[in-house]
Amino acid sequence: MALVSVKNLSRVFDVSKPWLNRVIEREPKAFLTAVSEVDFEVEPQTTYALVGESGSGKSTIGRMLVGLLNPSEGNVEIEGVDLANEKDAAKVDAIRSDIQMIFQDPYASLNPRWRVRDIIVEPVAARGGKTDGLAERLLEQVGLSVKDAGKFPHEFSGGQRQRICIARALASEPRLIVCDEPTSALDVSVQSQVLNLMSDLKDNFGLTYVLITHDLTVVQHMADRIGVLYLGRLVEEGAPDELFERPKHPYTQMLLEAAPRMDGFGREVAPPEGEIPDPINPPPGCAFHPRCPLAGDICRQERPEMRRIGTTRVACHMAEG
Amino acid sequence: MAEPVLSIRNLSVEIPTRHGILKPVDGVTYDIAAGEILGIVGESGAGKSMAGNAVIGLLSPPAHVSAGEIWLNGERIDNLKGDAMRRLRGKEIGMVFQDPLTSLNPLLRIGDQLVETMLTHLPISKSEAEKRAVAALEEVGIPGAAKRVNSYPHEFSGGMRQRVVIALALCAEPSLVIADEPTTALDVSVQAQIIALLKRLCRERGTAVMLITHDMGVIAEAADRVAVMYAGRLAELGPVRDVITAPEHPYTHGLMASTPLASRGKSRLHQIPGAMPRLDAVPDGCAFNPRCPRVADRCRQAPAPTVDGNAAACWFPLQHEEAS
Ligand SMILES: Nc1ncnc2c1ncn2[C@@H]1O[C@H](COP(=O)(O)OP(=O)(O)OP(=O)(O)O)[C@@H](O)[C@H]1O
Ligand SMILES: Nc1ncnc2c1ncn2[C@@H]1O[C@H](COP(=O)(O)OP(=O)(O)OP(=O)(O)O)[C@@H](O)[C@H]1O
Ligand code: SF4
Ligand code: SF4
Ligand SMILES: [Mg+2]
Ligand SMILES: [Mg+2]
Repeated sequence: MALVSVKNLSRVFDVSKPWLNRVIEREPKAFLTAVSEVDFEVEPQTTYALVGESGSGKSTIGRMLVGLLNPSEGNVEIEGVDLANEKDAAKVDAIRSDIQMIFQDPYASLNPRWRVRDIIVEPVAARGGKTDGLAERLLEQVGLSVKDAGKFPHEFSGGQRQRICIARALASEPRLIVCDEPTSALDVSVQSQVLNLMSDLKDNFGLTYVLITHDLTVVQHMADRIGVLYLGRLVEEGAPDELFERPKHPYTQMLLEAAPRMDGFGREVAPPEGEIPDPINPPPGCAFHPRCPLAGDICRQERPEMRRIGTTRVACHMAEG
Repeated sequence: MAEPVLSIRNLSVEIPTRHGILKPVDGVTYDIAAGEILGIVGESGAGKSMAGNAVIGLLSPPAHVSAGEIWLNGERIDNLKGDAMRRLRGKEIGMVFQDPLTSLNPLLRIGDQLVETMLTHLPISKSEAEKRAVAALEEVGIPGAAKRVNSYPHEFSGGMRQRVVIALALCAEPSLVIADEPTTALDVSVQAQIIALLKRLCRERGTAVMLITHDMGVIAEAADRVAVMYAGRLAELGPVRDVITAPEHPYTHGLMASTPLASRGKSRLHQIPGAMPRLDAVPDGCAFNPRCPRVADRCRQAPAPTVDGNAAACWFPLQHEEAS
């Protein structure tokens, strides 16, 4: 059974101006659909990557996965339990402790006034668990030293702080860790340390990751399955080899083409057309049509449904196997 | 070879503090020729921005140039004072930073900002400057440029703002552009647009470009040569293909090997042990020695030979056969 099962997931934000402004300026309420009808499953002990440009809805999905945000529609099931709708509090509680999240900014996500020991054991202490020697053990597992338990976050470099975040995420022995841009703030040499650590921990503890990132090289290195998002919708999903070798959706193709390459000496590519449209008024039909070289009449009118082509799923009228 | 546009000789920047003097830039030497893009890479804190800021005279005190020389088009500029430096900055050196809003005045229409910059530095009339402002925006790919000259910076998206900044940086026809992480805050597709634009405009005009970034892919695609900085020093300098595919300095080699690449598959990434030293704890001898797999006694005793021309600042550089 899939560990995570996301069905028809949508999230709408009310981005209206305050009531009085709207009355004076005669403006209606405004809504932003950050995530729209997203479906995917994550198998146990795999890494599922969500990629897409800024504002595509990656973090919003991540926050719904860990229960920090409720879906507007659809649901997230972890181990078969729908966190937002499950009535049995004990069940919800058990699942909650199976899920942890790691964020991009290792500076902002650690309380500067707490010692590392207290930061790491906090998720366990909060639910009354045993914490003797826990921080020290976890510090060693993430490649830091037992002595570091008594220090404060400012005494560590960015990469070390991200290790502390990982140690904290591991404290409650989770099965699933949602990692939102875990290495985006780090230098490549530090990134490699953190990515290797994540791979080791996955093997050692049988972890499952949902990895959120805009960095395609990281995705290619880490992911077992990849979902590509554009304006809140999943546009293509497949295994890395398939997706990188034979991208089927024109947006995936554009993204791969635009990503700078270490072996791309003097490469001159026709840069992509246009920019991501305003998510409050997305284009009708296929939201990618204003930038798509293949767009036809049908694309402007009808939204493409997700279709299965071989081992991939693609939401494009024109995509072929 | 013709005289370089920019020539930095043995440049050092110092910051006096209560606990002693810090050296964020330590004896750096490089040239940039007309029409050339020199990429500057290195980890956070390596001194990339400090070196760039020294060139444009924008070091914030108490940081100051403590040794060495900076030459622009054959004129020594590191000793220029306030006004002279400001004039030179707008006229001969264009700047593009990570956050476009630092270069734009939020209260002025962008057309007026372009016109003002041109009138300050070029001997042209106001109506001519207004015409050129529209042309400049067209050139950087702002749709509806004739109308958009009347817009304010906040009315543009991040990518469009960065285009405006590039138009502004180039409108006085400078001979050097310093671009410090110009695409770091942008999406991949917009980054590709901005880099292509910068490359095209500078090639067409023969502008020299200092492109500071931590993104090796951007460097590979845009730069002609690349300078790798480590702990304030130049570790390696050379043609971009050589440095990336056959690095001679152990640090560059480690950096390249730790980057995930399609061709490396899912195998473990290379790791450089440890972290770059803090400025108050730079080791004696070669600054990289505590992390270096090739370290020997000599490396701890004497600073590595400095890079001058194309080479690695290392006692025991990798031979090209080994580096692959
Ligand atoms: N609390 C909120 N209120 C209103 N709009 C929101 C809120 N959170 C997110 N959004 C909007 O939803 C969309 C998706 O945002 P999200 O943060 O999920 O994107 P992302 O893919 O994580 O982007 P990034 O790469 O920039 O982190 C964006 O347009 C964003 O502005
Ligand atoms: N006012 C200051 N006092 C002390 N140290 C400083 C000061 N300003 C900068 N530094 C230090 O100078 C060093 C060089 O900084 P610089 O900004 O040039 O790095 P960089 O290579 O541009 O890094 P990044 O990639 O993060 O932009 C850093 O170690 C920084 O901490
Ligand atoms: S549906 Fe049409 S517009 Fe959308 S990606 Fe496919 S071809 Fe392009
Ligand atoms: S000089 Fe010595 S320590 Fe420094 S990089 Fe070369 S081999 Fe390594
Ligand atoms: Mg996000
Ligand atoms: Mg910098």
